[in-house]
Amino acid sequence: QDNRISIWSAGDLGNAGLNGEYHGEPHLLCDIQHNGDVMDMQFLDQERIVVASSTGTVTIFRHHQNNQTLSANHRWEKAHYHVDQDTSCGGAACTGVVCNNPEIVTVGEDGRINLFRADQKDTVRTIDNADSSTLHAVTFLRTTEILTVNSIGQLKIWDLRQQRNEPSQIFSLAGDRVPLHCVDRHPNQQHIVATGGQDGMLSIWDIRQGTMPVSLLNAHEAEMWEVHFHPSDPDHLFTCSEDGSLWHWDTSTNVSEKPSFLHQGGRSTAYLSHSTINQSVVSAWLSNDPTKDRMEITNLIPNQTLSVNSLDVLGPCLVYGTDAEAIYVNRQLFA
Amino acid sequence: MDELDTEPPLVVVPGADSSSRQLCFAWGPAEVLVCETLFSRAGGSRSRYLSRSPCLSRFWGEGRAGAAVRALTDSVAGTEDGAPSSSRVFVVRRDQDIYIQTLRKLFNESHGIFMGLQRSEEELAGKSRKAQLVQVSKNYRSVIRACMEDMHQAAVSTRDPALQGLYSTQVSILSAMELIWNLCEILFVEAATAGPLLLRLLDWVRLHVCDVDSMVREVLNSESPSKHKLFWNVVDVFVLQGRMDEARHLLSKEASANPTSMNMYKILDDLMKKMPVPSVCKNNTQTLTELELKWQHWHEECQRYLQDGTFASNPHMESICKILLGDEDAILEKKELMTTWYHFLVTRLLYSHPTVKPMELRFYAQSSMDLFLGGESSPEPLDMILMAAFEFEIHQVIKECSIVLSNWWFVAHLTDLLDHCKLLQSHNLYFGSNMREFLLLEYASGLFSHHSLWQLGVDYFDHCPEYGRVYLELHIERIPLSTEQKALKVLRICEQRQMHEQVRSICKIMAMKALRNNRLGSALSWSIRAKDAAFATLISDRFLKDYCERGCFSDLDLIDNLGPSMLLSDRLTFLGKYREFHRLYGEKRFPEAARLLLTLMTAHIAPCSFWMTLLTDALPLLEQKEVIFSAEQTYELMRCLEDLTAGNPDKQKIQDDDIETTKVEMLRLALARNLARVIVKEGTVEGS
Repeated sequence: QDNRISIWSAGDLGNAGLNGEYHGEPHLLCDIQHNGDVMDMQFLDQERIVVASSTGTVTIFRHHQNNQTLSANHRWEKAHYHVDQDTSCGGAACTGVVCNNPEIVTVGEDGRINLFRADQKDTVRTIDNADSSTLHAVTFLRTTEILTVNSIGQLKIWDLRQQRNEPSQIFSLAGDRVPLHCVDRHPNQQHIVATGGQDGMLSIWDIRQGTMPVSLLNAHEAEMWEVHFHPSDPDHLFTCSEDGSLWHWDTSTNVSEKPSFLHQGGRSTAYLSHSTINQSVVSAWLSNDPTKDRMEITNLIPNQTLSVNSLDVLGPCLVYGTDAEAIYVNRQLFA
Repeated sequence: MDELDTEPPLVVVPGADSSSRQLCFAWGPAEVLVCETLFSRAGGSRSRYLSRSPCLSRFWGEGRAGAAVRALTDSVAGTEDGAPSSSRVFVVRRDQDIYIQTLRKLFNESHGIFMGLQRSEEELAGKSRKAQLVQVSKNYRSVIRACMEDMHQAAVSTRDPALQGLYSTQVSILSAMELIWNLCEILFVEAATAGPLLLRLLDWVRLHVCDVDSMVREVLNSESPSKHKLFWNVVDVFVLQGRMDEARHLLSKEASANPTSMNMYKILDDLMKKMPVPSVCKNNTQTLTELELKWQHWHEECQRYLQDGTFASNPHMESICKILLGDEDAILEKKELMTTWYHFLVTRLLYSHPTVKPMELRFYAQSSMDLFLGGESSPEPLDMILMAAFEFEIHQVIKECSIVLSNWWFVAHLTDLLDHCKLLQSHNLYFGSNMREFLLLEYASGLFSHHSLWQLGVDYFDHCPEYGRVYLELHIERIPLSTEQKALKVLRICEQRQMHEQVRSICKIMAMKALRNNRLGSALSWSIRAKDAAFATLISDRFLKDYCERGCFSDLDLIDNLGPSMLLSDRLTFLGKYREFHRLYGEKRFPEAARLLLTLMTAHIAPCSFWMTLLTDALPLLEQKEVIFSAEQTYELMRCLEDLTAGNPDKQKIQDDDIETTKVEMLRLALARNLARVIVKEGTVEGS
């Protein structure tokens, strides 16, 4: 197998045509060989990328922008392993990685959580057997707390300041324990968390209250691989799935209309009475009835065939990759 | 392909000495394992050919058009030198092409086009359907061209000479494929009629005969083209390809440089301008007969000028005029400029039969090839394929392509397209499925041996109505499941097609793997997905065993949160309830705990082996200050204890063990005491 990490340039801003459309195709800048499947990756800072491998190794690559090359900066071999670290075939896939410079947290099929620091050679902390099933994804809740999802449908909060190897809170779905594959936190309102499940269901959780999700939205027909809130415009959510579709969830309401919370009763109004004047509208994500609040859902892929494995969104740009070995870049998301 | 009418291609497995040892082999799903045995060749002919080896001759006997099998030698084990008992295993794999990096784009993109074609509307009839099919064909061709570009880039940029050779070969193969496909598109998909047929063929030739391009460029870019030594060659090229405007443009340069020939030039220019050509334009109402008439007139005019000796002083212009008249000898003189017999064919047709009908092509094609090659060289496979196409022998085309090409990609997609054009209805292969399905099955099977292109193969199998499902079932179980994500993808494919057997088997494999790695939660989640009660029981037994050994539960996060999945198996339910009992006990909710404990035993949810443990768990409850168990419950407990201790001699032996006897005695004592207390308590009248 020949797997590579590649860096592509998706076109300069200066090449915009008359309509503001970009005419250049993404072209390859540099690439480097990678051992094992790339399960997850994230930029640590402007130059460094952390990559999680199916062999259980976590690697930091550095992108040298002056001569457009990639080099492996640091590697933690066998960060994830089954049973015994020293046996040769004991590697377990590392399924998720999240960075908050300089901290790196990884999770894997061995149910282990690893905490690294970019400048330190050794592992800072390992939580062995954090979970009896596979951990599929991890994300930061606060600087010292992380969220993980696993294959028995549980969302767990871990407090990294505490030394005990137990989650501080466990949430789970009602009904069938469908495995959860991805998790993302609302950029501004840290109590809102979205997860995607194996049955394609999107769940929105309010982690301040209860152990069950606030809303369950029937979305895709197969596993939802990734869910992302838009970092600067969190009324927009993106999900991609094995069934080959990529959905854009839009809960942004018009400014001129009344804020949606006035139409609801119960919890939300009670909350509002304690809020400060600066606090804006209660997020539409927590509303009880998404249909009433005009959530627009669009499938961004016209001819779907194979699975969309991964997506990312920044500003007006959306990029996603499919099993048909193609990467698509959409630079005018909100046009 | 009813019978094997050609010898299968020989494959020499480098390193396997078939002359001195007998070889043995074993079929795999996509590969053949070959190894040398200890048996020397039976006496007699020291044959050096692989195909005569007694073992291997069997697998060439199948009635399949032999695709070229490339041998890939992997020394899997054993010594290097040829010791008598050398133990090397060779992996012979077909479809080595799928491992070429640059061809992956071809496979992926063509998969998208294929799916689009299968899903396209069948209701569109007539012209719009044909236009749609032509568009699909053009898409395929543009993918081939894009791949050719990439391959060319790769060939230029690589420094490894072996790779460079490989890429260059691939470029020429791809270009040949595009040539054939283009011709098939013109003749079969578009089914161009007389008139437009010639124009299409001209385009085809212009696109594909590009050996002369560099020469053309050189002349055009030079300072004074008319002085260039190759000037007339370029003019001839333009005339031979029917590019009249460009030819006239160049000639005008010559005329301005050479005023003496101005008269000749004017006449020639005029002739070239007036040449009637078929038009594709729909608005043009010119019929074939009109065209023929016009052409006849024009032809006679050219004839007159030639016979008058107008061009006698300039041999170049004279030969051009002869070409315009369709003089075969004159055209043949320019062999090097045409380079191929099909170019000759098209030029001939242009200048002698511009209104040629599709069915007449075969005669001209045969004679063109004979004239062009002239007995000096024999036709190559490519020539035979093109000839078959001109003869409208579609099956022959496909058969020849299958034999020559090393990969099923081309024939599979082309046949599928032609099938959609309803051109392949009649032909059935003797083992039942039709040609399209056979080729698609072969192609998709080849894809399955690749570690990631197998996903494309799934869709191809889906569109093979007769055997696709069976093939898919067999192949999908053999995909190596290196990560959970891959297993999930495979599972999703199986579930979508209701392949329950495969779902169960894959989930079992993953669950066993997880169990071996001590990931009990993962194992449980896999057995839930497969609804595998037996496995859930296995996992619960593991948990219970752990508990017995260690006195506490591992993986509490799993057991505490089983939810409805608890009902998958009795043992699992017991596990969940047992844990609940412990929780209740921990929360000091004793009456509920007691009730639960009793239910576990009386409702037979607990396995018999566990009863002792349960009873021992009941001990602290019996010893509590306040009475927890009611009389009824105590009787029940006693009954359970008696059930347990009464019984086989084996149990007697266990009872001889001190600890066991002590336990039983303690229990009996505790139960008796509890009974006493509870009788008193229940018998007491509480106040008034």
